[in-house]
Amino acid sequence: MSILINKDTKVICQGFTGAQGTFHSEQAIDYGTQMVGGVSPGKGGTEHLGLPVFNTVREAVEQTGADASVIYVPAPFCKDAIIEAADAGIQLIICITEGIPTIDMLYAKEYVDRKGVRMIGPNCPGVITPDESKIGIMPGHIHKKGRVGIVSRSGTLTYEAVKQTTDFGFGQSTCVGIGGDPIPGSNFIDILTLLQDDPGTEAIVMIGEIGGTAEEEAAAFIKDNVTKPVVAYIAGVTAPPGKRMGHAGAIISGGKGTADDKFAALEDAGVKTVRSLAEIGDALKAVTGW
Amino acid sequence: MNLHEYQGKHLFAKYGLPVSQGVACDTPKEAVEAVSEIGGDSWVVKAQVHAGGRGKAGGVKVVKSKEEIREFAEQWLGQRLVTYQTDANGQPVSKILVEALTDIDQELYLGAVVDRGSRRIVFMASTEGGVEIEKVAEETPEKILKAEIDPLVGAQPYQGRELAFKLGLEGKQIGQFAKIFVGLAKLFEDCDLALVEINPLVITKQGDLLCLDAKVGVDSNALYRQKKIHEMHDPSQEDSREAEAAKWELNYVALDGNIGCMVNGAGLAMGTMDIIKLSGGQPANFLDVGGGATKERVSEAFKIILSDDNVQAVLVNIFGGIVRCDMIAEGIIGAVKEVGVKVPVVVRLEGNNAEKGTQVLADSGLNIIAATSLSDAAQQVVKAAGGKS
Repeated sequence: MSILINKDTKVICQGFTGAQGTFHSEQAIDYGTQMVGGVSPGKGGTEHLGLPVFNTVREAVEQTGADASVIYVPAPFCKDAIIEAADAGIQLIICITEGIPTIDMLYAKEYVDRKGVRMIGPNCPGVITPDESKIGIMPGHIHKKGRVGIVSRSGTLTYEAVKQTTDFGFGQSTCVGIGGDPIPGSNFIDILTLLQDDPGTEAIVMIGEIGGTAEEEAAAFIKDNVTKPVVAYIAGVTAPPGKRMGHAGAIISGGKGTADDKFAALEDAGVKTVRSLAEIGDALKAVTGW
Repeated sequence: MNLHEYQGKHLFAKYGLPVSQGVACDTPKEAVEAVSEIGGDSWVVKAQVHAGGRGKAGGVKVVKSKEEIREFAEQWLGQRLVTYQTDANGQPVSKILVEALTDIDQELYLGAVVDRGSRRIVFMASTEGGVEIEKVAEETPEKILKAEIDPLVGAQPYQGRELAFKLGLEGKQIGQFAKIFVGLAKLFEDCDLALVEINPLVITKQGDLLCLDAKVGVDSNALYRQKKIHEMHDPSQEDSREAEAAKWELNYVALDGNIGCMVNGAGLAMGTMDIIKLSGGQPANFLDVGGGATKERVSEAFKIILSDDNVQAVLVNIFGGIVRCDMIAEGIIGAVKEVGVKVPVVVRLEGNNAEKGTQVLADSGLNIIAATSLSDAAQQVVKAAGGKS
């Protein structure tokens, strides 16, 4: 079992014929992802990587029955690409691109919410259900089908957690990189809700970072709603406060958002936290008794 | 990217916000001449740096003569201003803003940010303007009034009026505040701001609202479409090594320790710093070489790390997702040879072709310590840097 994607998920790629789209679509096809086509405006009717290319997402959906889209288009065009996917009836949008202006995401997120479409990212590695479907830029070979659900704000930190759960033999149900941008399509709570309800997920690893209050909110959610064991790591205990400009950032969060605040909130919610990134596997072993 | 006060006030004026008449000056001579343009008999002179807390640090002064203006300008131009928001070296002062003096009756606060929680632009206003606003937010959060902007319809004047009444404003101030509120919201969206702050927004003795300060932060991701604002960029306000790193698309932040770090991914870079500290060492920097780490970038990264004289050992931690570790290993060897690295280098490679990469390093004959795990890497580098601090 899994969340969000499985072997039946039909995926198209926006930005299909570009360098990123080409490279990662090839990897996804090799992994076994059910790629059914791609979109590159002006190149409709051609073929790329053995799959049909369409001018618009609407055409692609009509012709292929795709239910998910992965976006690799350059940042200035992502707002348009996300809204196009939502209008075309795509149910799951996974946006890998980094560097999208925050104001664009304010609009895009509002729009997909009103359409009832789920979005993951931007600025994220994507989603993988091992041995079934890989949508994104994560290395497929470090994953192993199994029972731990992973949700993370950081790309390479996710890979660390994946490797440890693979090395310990636990494997992963589904791994979701929600991305580090200020306005993510899905947050920790959205994914924790799915993992809690997924019979194939027996334990959860959550990886956060300093900044914002998403981890504190997730902690409150876990306390009331998550019965599965959760292991959490927060990066950035040693990060400097930095040269600040004004106070508005600190005021909005009411002085919250440090790694220590986040650790404390998670521990209060019954989550097993680790101070060292290298101890995620050991902690999982300890809380699950596996 | 941050703007100077005088640049922020230019933007404010364009959007119909009331600001004092002022002139930004590069020399003492210009500063003295500015008063003829501004008129009056009292002025405020303000050192222009990207940091708050200037007043307490002596960077803002009320002056009553041209002589005082000259003295202030001579004292600060070309010097560095240290405030509680800067590091110990402070920020260089290359411009002085000369403004007409305002008779202040009351100081308010008005700011806006993109709030991650509500996913809205959120305005914050308070009667407790001035330098203690952060303390107000922590100790008496009820004194911070908030208004969320719906992306569908944008800021509405009623939201401004509502805040104005709650702030206890009266008469013509209500309309003035609503106009500032709507103008600021439009500025925020039009110019892709990340943060804007007017602290203080004052009520003058004449009962009018006036923006006495301007702190403006711009979303760096949007600079490609904000060309005029991009031109306002003042690189002198940034750490020179950080600026050099940015040219190579490397994300570098200098720190106080002695262990240089080179990592791929911001999260893993922070995680690596954390584990160094847990092992008893102190990281000298944060450095994210990014996903597409090439030989050239690895080499530049080494140069930047080693330009810090405090560095006594370097930890390279790469989780090869798509990039091949053997290619990274060759990049490291090339960099070590080219740059002439004199300090021990501990390398931990994981992921794609990691074993091959480790072998390449072992065969190189260079002073490179290959670590077997992340914990091992941290312990090795702390030892190499002279043990626990």
